[in-house]
Amino acid sequence: MMLWLTIVVAGLLTYAQRLSLIALWEKLQLPPVLERALRFVPVAVLVALIVPDLLQPPPAGAAVPLNPRLPAGLLAAAVAWYTRNVTLTIGAGMLALLVLSLLF
Amino acid sequence: MSESHSQPHRFLATGPRNAFLAGVRAELPILLGVIPFGLIYGITALAAGIPPLLAQAMSAIVFAGSAQFVIAQLVAAATPAAVIVLTVFVVNLRHVLYSASIAPYLQRVGEGWQKVLAYLLTDEAYAVTILHYQAHPEAPGRRWFLLGSGLALWGTWQASTAAGLLLGATIPPSWPLDFALPLTFIALALPVIQDPATVAAALAAGVTVMVVQGLPFRLNLLVAALAGVLAGLAVEQWWPQRRRRGDGG
Repeated sequence: MMLWLTIVVAGLLTYAQRLSLIALWEKLQLPPVLERALRFVPVAVLVALIVPDLLQPPPAGAAVPLNPRLPAGLLAAAVAWYTRNVTLTIGAGMLALLVLSLLF
Repeated sequence: MSESHSQPHRFLATGPRNAFLAGVRAELPILLGVIPFGLIYGITALAAGIPPLLAQAMSAIVFAGSAQFVIAQLVAAATPAAVIVLTVFVVNLRHVLYSASIAPYLQRVGEGWQKVLAYLLTDEAYAVTILHYQAHPEAPGRRWFLLGSGLALWGTWQASTAAGLLLGATIPPSWPLDFALPLTFIALALPVIQDPATVAAALAAGVTVMVVQGLPFRLNLLVAALAGVLAGLAVEQWWPQRRRRGDGG
């Protein structure tokens, strides 16, 4: 029961965070510089989500002291840059990780 | 917000139904990365000793993948409830940034819509939708687009959670399924890095997230996002003005 309550409170807080500025936007009247800053939120958050996954330490006992996620991710980035296609990017990255994991 | 588009785009087709379907379509490729993530969440929650019904309910109540993983870890470690709640709050602080960033586009939709759409504002629905709004600021049916991308993600998240709970340990842990999610973020991020300011934002966020990796509560994400925003703003301010690329993405 306690765990249910914990989850419900955590969910309500998350919802409040998501609604916060959508609901308060017009009341707050933020300065224009903040509005310009918001253009950079998507790219900054996405990169912050990606980089730690690529730079994980290599798995214990790996023959090569490099996590194959980094080269696989860089290849996927190149595919994303040239094709701008999400499916191809995921496919290329997963395939590269698979091949690199089998090789090393 | 002032870019003009010479080419007609399918997202510009009018009508709520078209905007809704455009949102669903834009979300579809992202779901490739979300399905494995949901599967792994279901498996992780079971392994943490969370009852299946609660693990499934969490996907609807909290509806935030990374926070749900953190909850599962904390439950497994018998963490006090107050610490779990506080941790989720801090881990999810980036959603305040999402809320701010999408707010200007959702000021004319009415309070009821705002309350529904806020529930759907996950990493993946936010990313797809804000990139659409930025590329097509004049496209009609914004609320419907987010409803479409958000519901597509919601349904997939619930179904993949259920599949993870059902399949449980039959999926070998050595399969690197979790890699699909950062790959979807790569696919979304690269096309929007297109001028010196966004390059600076990306570099600053990427370096910062590693430098402050030791921060608790995954606060490195938030600090990195803020560093990226500041770097982007600074470069936009001081870099010689040049033609901005209006890209259809």
